[in-house]
Amino acid sequence: MAAYLIRRLFQSALILLGVSFITFLLLYVLPADPVRQIAGRSATPQNIASIRAQLGLDQPFFVQYGRYLWALLQGDMGRSYLQRTDVASLIWARLPASLLLMVAGIGAELVIGLTMGVVAALWRGRTIDNGLMMTSFVTVSAPQFVVALLLLYVFAVQLGWFPIGGYGTPAHLVLPALTLGILGSGWYARMMRSSMVEVLRADFVRTARAKGLTRGRVILRHALPNAILPVIAMIGIDIGIFMGGIVVVESVFGWPGIGQLAWQAIQRVDIPIIMGVTLVSACAIVIGNLLADLVAPLIDPRIRIR
Amino acid sequence: MKKLLASTALIASLSLPAMAQETLDPNATPGGNITVTYKDDVATLDPAIGYDWQNWSMIKSLFDGLMDYEPGTTTLRPGLAESYEVSEDGLTFTFALRPGVVFHNGREMTAEDVKYSLDRVTLPETASPGAGFFAAIAGYDAMASGEATTLEGVTVVDPLTVQITLSRPDATFLHVMALNFASVVPQEAVEEAAGDFGRMPVGTGAFKLADWTVGQSLLFEKNADYWRAGLPYLDTVTFEVGQEPIVALLRLQNGEVDVPGDGIPPAKFQEVMADPEQAARVVEGGQLQTGYITLNVTAAPFDQVEVRQAVNMAINKDRIVQLINGRAVPANQPLPPSMPGYTADYDGYAYDVEAAKALLAEAGLADGFETELYVMNTDPNPRIAQAIQQDLAAIGVTASIQSLAQANVIEAGGAGTAPMIWSGGMAWIADFPDPSNFFGPILGCAGAEEGGWNWSKFCNAEIDAAATAADSMIDPATPERLAMWSDVYMKVMEEAPWVPVFNEQRYTMKSARMGGDDALYVDPVSIPVNYDYVYVTE
Repeated sequence: MAAYLIRRLFQSALILLGVSFITFLLLYVLPADPVRQIAGRSATPQNIASIRAQLGLDQPFFVQYGRYLWALLQGDMGRSYLQRTDVASLIWARLPASLLLMVAGIGAELVIGLTMGVVAALWRGRTIDNGLMMTSFVTVSAPQFVVALLLLYVFAVQLGWFPIGGYGTPAHLVLPALTLGILGSGWYARMMRSSMVEVLRADFVRTARAKGLTRGRVILRHALPNAILPVIAMIGIDIGIFMGGIVVVESVFGWPGIGQLAWQAIQRVDIPIIMGVTLVSACAIVIGNLLADLVAPLIDPRIRIR
Repeated sequence: MKKLLASTALIASLSLPAMAQETLDPNATPGGNITVTYKDDVATLDPAIGYDWQNWSMIKSLFDGLMDYEPGTTTLRPGLAESYEVSEDGLTFTFALRPGVVFHNGREMTAEDVKYSLDRVTLPETASPGAGFFAAIAGYDAMASGEATTLEGVTVVDPLTVQITLSRPDATFLHVMALNFASVVPQEAVEEAAGDFGRMPVGTGAFKLADWTVGQSLLFEKNADYWRAGLPYLDTVTFEVGQEPIVALLRLQNGEVDVPGDGIPPAKFQEVMADPEQAARVVEGGQLQTGYITLNVTAAPFDQVEVRQAVNMAINKDRIVQLINGRAVPANQPLPPSMPGYTADYDGYAYDVEAAKALLAEAGLADGFETELYVMNTDPNPRIAQAIQQDLAAIGVTASIQSLAQANVIEAGGAGTAPMIWSGGMAWIADFPDPSNFFGPILGCAGAEEGGWNWSKFCNAEIDAAATAADSMIDPATPERLAMWSDVYMKVMEEAPWVPVFNEQRYTMKSARMGGDDALYVDPVSIPVNYDYVYVTE
C-alpha cells in the first residue's frame, strides 16, 4: 500500500510538471502580450520595455519557465500582473466557495443521476426508461446559462424561496448546486444505466434471486455496489472540472469561486493567475483520481491495490 | 519671472481661493446605505494602477488629486489644491494646497505627499498604466529610463505649496492632474502595505475602505473628516462583485440593488423601456466614446485614400445603430459630439453605395478585393462585424471575419497585421475631456509604432505637427486651440484612416429611492457613478 501510494504520488508530480510546462508554453506562444495589458493605452515604448524587463518577459522561454518553477517549488505562485497581489492568496480566498459548491454539485449530480440511471435500468426498454434517457440527453446538452437563469428566475425571483444569488448561507447554495446537479446528471444517469443493465444480467444476480432474496435486497446489496464502480472514477474527473471550470454558474449566481478568477485572468492575459488556477485544478483532478482509485477496493474487494 | 496669468476667464476663476464649503443639494438627506453591483471583480484600489470600469469611480471616491471636476460635468475645479498660478510661458504651475486636509490614517496631507505621489506613479517599478500621462513634467524621461528616482520638475516650496515645471507646454496638464493616477497618497501607508496598497488604500477621499471580502464584496464607509463639508451624503456603499448584469437587473427589480454598475444588459433593454415604471428610472447619458473601424494604411489596398473613402461611404451606420437597439448615435468624425473641438457643421461621408463603387473603380479595384475584419468576440461585436461585412459585400469587397478574444485583437492591431478592426469592446473612451485625448495614441505617429494603439498605423507628419502646436497652447479652452483641433480631425477625415461608426450612449438604472441629479449616475468623469453626491430618499 505504501509503495503504491509513493508510486502514485511520484506519477502525480510528473503529471503536474507536464501540465505546468504545457500551460506555460501555450501562454508563451499565445499571440497576446500581457505587458500591453499592464502598461495601458498611454504607454511609451520605453514604459513597455521597462515593464517587460521587470517581469522577466524579455527572457527566453526556458529561463522564464525555470524561474517560475523554481519559485513554485519554494511555494511562491507569483503575483498577479494586473491585481498586483499574491496569486496564492487570491486562490486561497476563493477556495472555500469552490470546494463547497464542488461537494454540493457532485452530491446533487449523484442523487439525480444515479436515481435516474437505476430506475431506467430496472425498467429497461419501457416508456420510463426512454423518457429518462431522453431527459438525460436534454440536460447534458442544455446551455448552463439558460438552466441557471431559469432556476434563478422561477425559484428565486418568482417564488422567492431562495436568495437571488450570493454566498454565505445554505439557502444560497441550493440553486447553484441544483443547476450543476441537473446539468451533470445526464452523464451519471447514462453511465449508471448501462453499468446496472450489465450487472443485472450477471450470473451472481440470478443466483441471488434464485436463492430467494427479494428483488429490492438484490438490487441494493448485490447489483448497486458492482454497478457503481465506473461512477466513482467519473467523480474523480468531476472534482477537477469543478475546481475552476464552472464560470457560467458562478457568475449567474454571484458565487465567488475560482472559475470567475480564472475567466477574468484569461481575458486579460494575467499569466500568474492562469498558471495558478490551472495547477490547482490539475491537482484536484490528480487527487480526485487518486481518491477514486483508493475508494474502489473498499466497495469492490476484488480490486486490489498494487 | 512668474506672473499670474489672469487674462483668460477660465484660469482667473480657478485661481480664486475656492471654498471648501460645498453647494449642497437642498433635497439631500444624509445617511443610508446603497448596494451597487459589478460583473467583474475589483483588481486593485491603488490609484496609480487601477484603470478598469469598476474601480475607476471607486478610486475617485477614496482619493483626491490636486484638480477635480464639477460633479456630473466635464468642468475643471480645484481639488486638494485651493488655487494655482501658471507662469506666462505655461511651463510652471504653482499649486497652493488646501490646509487641514487629513488622510484616512489621520495624518495631515502636505506638499511632500504630492511630490511622493507623482514620483511613485512615474517610477518604472510601479508599472503604472498612467505613467505616460505625466510625460510633460520635467525630468520624466530620466524617471522612465531609471536614471532618476525623483521627478526633477516637482518641487516642494513649503508644506502647503508645490511647484511643477513642465519640459514643454501641455494644454491638458490640469486635466492630467485630475486623473486618478495623480491622486495624493501617504508614503507611510504605501510602505506599510508592502506591495498591497491596492488592497489597503489610504487616501483623503469622501469614503474609506471599511471591508473587502475578496471576490465578493467591498464596503465603503463615510469619511467623517472629509474636507468638503457636508459630503458625502451616504453613510456606506456596498459593492457586490461577480454578478451577471442580467441578475443584477432582476435584483434591482426585486429591490435588493440600487445601482447596477454595468448598466442595463442589451437583451433586457427593450423590456425595461416598455415598462413605464422602470423606464422612468432609466438614466441616459452621453459618453466620450467613439466606435470605429480602423483601416491599415500601410498595406494594400488601404494604402490608397480612395479605397478608404469608399469604405467610409459603404457603411450603413444607421443600421448598425439599430442593431444595438438604438443605444448610440451615428458618428462622422473621431471626436464624440460632447467633446470640445467637435466639428458640428461637418457632414462626413454620406452612405452612398454607388459613389463608393465609383471610388473603388477609380482606384483600379472595380472588381473589389478580399480583406479581413478583426473583431472582439463578445456580443454585440460579431453581429456588428457581420453588418459591416454585408455592407462591404455590396461594393464588391469580400471581408472574412476574425472573431478573437480582446487581447488577441489588440495584439494584431498593434502588430499591424490586421487590415481592418472593428473597435467595439476596445473602443476609445476619453481619459479626460480634451480633444487631444483622441489623437496621440490612436491617430498620431507615436501610437503607430509596433505595438501601439494606432491600429490604422496612420502617421502624417503635417497633421502631427498641427496637433503638437495645438497642445502647446497654455489654456486648453481657448477657441483658437479648439479650432486647431477641429482642423486636425477634419484633415484626418480627408485621409480617412478610420470609419467612425457611432458614439455609444450610456444607459443605466437606479432604484426608486435613489436621489440626486441624473447626471451623477452617468457622470462623464467619475465613471460610472459619482458616489460622493448621490443620496437615498427614505
